[in-house]
Amino acid sequence: MSFTTGLKCRECGESYGWKPLHVCEMCFGPLEIGYDYDAIASVLSHRIIESRPRNLWRYKELLPVSGEPRIGLYSGFTPLVKADRLAAALGVEELWVKDDSCNHPTFSYKDRVVSVAISAAIEFGFDTVSCASTGNLANSVSAHAARAGLRCFIFIPDNLERGKVIGSTVYEPTAVAISGNYDDVNRLCTEIADKYGWAFVNINLRPFYTEGAKTYGFEVAEQLGWKLPQHIVVPTAGGTILPKVAQAFEELVRVGLVKDTPWKIYTAQAAGCAPVVNALHRGADLIEPVKPNTIAKSIAIGNPADGYYVLGAVRDSGGWGEAATDQEIVEGIRLLARTEGIFTEPAGGTTVAVTKKLIEQGRIPRNESIVISVTGNGYKTLEAVTDAVPVPFNIGARLEEFDALYQSLEQR
Amino acid sequence: MAIERFYLTYNQDRIKEPIIYLVGQKFRVVTNIRAASVSDHIGIVALELDGEQEEINSAVKWIAGQGVKVEPIEKNVIE
Repeated sequence: MSFTTGLKCRECGESYGWKPLHVCEMCFGPLEIGYDYDAIASVLSHRIIESRPRNLWRYKELLPVSGEPRIGLYSGFTPLVKADRLAAALGVEELWVKDDSCNHPTFSYKDRVVSVAISAAIEFGFDTVSCASTGNLANSVSAHAARAGLRCFIFIPDNLERGKVIGSTVYEPTAVAISGNYDDVNRLCTEIADKYGWAFVNINLRPFYTEGAKTYGFEVAEQLGWKLPQHIVVPTAGGTILPKVAQAFEELVRVGLVKDTPWKIYTAQAAGCAPVVNALHRGADLIEPVKPNTIAKSIAIGNPADGYYVLGAVRDSGGWGEAATDQEIVEGIRLLARTEGIFTEPAGGTTVAVTKKLIEQGRIPRNESIVISVTGNGYKTLEAVTDAVPVPFNIGARLEEFDALYQSLEQR
Repeated sequence: MAIERFYLTYNQDRIKEPIIYLVGQKFRVVTNIRAASVSDHIGIVALELDGEQEEINSAVKWIAGQGVKVEPIEKNVIE
């Protein structure tokens, strides 16, 4: 049974039926999914959710699926790690890390949004799924398409690092590398999406895709014992996850699964690509596009599709945002690794670095609960830290050599 | 014939230029503004262009050459 009420425009409120559509024909505003929250509240409880398998579909009443979910049955329900050593390093009392670096199957939060988008694609009867990506998204679409037995096309810039390409091509999609500048490649992808009528997960299926990001917020609340954190810091790229985490918290209150306690949400961007943070600091509503120049490539989106809604969610909650330099991002990655044993990609390093700044600025109080969002895995972006991490000590295969090394280490 | 949808982003120094009027004069395209926001720093216009594909392509190239950023209505889709 579905609890959705169809698609509606987020700007003008125009209603649409149940179809793979993403832009309002009237005002070009984005479409979003509507739900019958009263009906959901009457059937959903902690007990029912907790009795279900530990995957993102345990909140299926609050997701756009009409039958049983078709894919993503092992995605989501990643650990919420109590980060006491990182808390001590940052000088705060209660700190948690929501760790999607171990999300199944491709180690990033994208496995959530892609699970929901491809499940919708199957329901709509598409036989081909697609995306344009520089990394995590293409990995996830390729893997989920392989498991679902769908034809898959991924479009990538032709100058992408080999490691990132293999993370997708191992699943044997049709991978198309496009030459040209970023804007040309971007436009071509939307034209292909228009012309071929495939399920482009983040274009024509965007309303469904973005809903998957709510599960990150649902899980945080459930794992905190069905309560909301007082502060949560979330990275911003295209602007999908932050407004959806905020929406998730609001929905949980609305259907009676958590108490309506105060919370604030904060955006984290790299200083080399901070269009949303710039607008936030300027007090502006309109986001000025930027040309990205940062090591945090998975969040280097110069004109984010949902940036406007990030600003809205941050401001409505009373939160804030900051940007971190590449050096601070690398230090954020290393700090998380050496205190909590979690190796994140630069997006996660950005969130750690920005959280540190917000605490030092007094924006986040030291005695309230804080969640840091880690959305991707560091093993995919080794080049970001290659020059920053210690190198091994070299010795010959003789005990005396190790003894000498050990003594020198002891004397340090 | 084709219809394409774009966001035009004007920086401060281009806000006063009648670019949409001029593109309709220079190329065989019908321009249809569907939404717009302008602040001191930036102007953003949601624009529909209706015409032959080649004319639309030429019009987009000309607008971009005027220092106005032209993007699909979906903005950045490469994630």
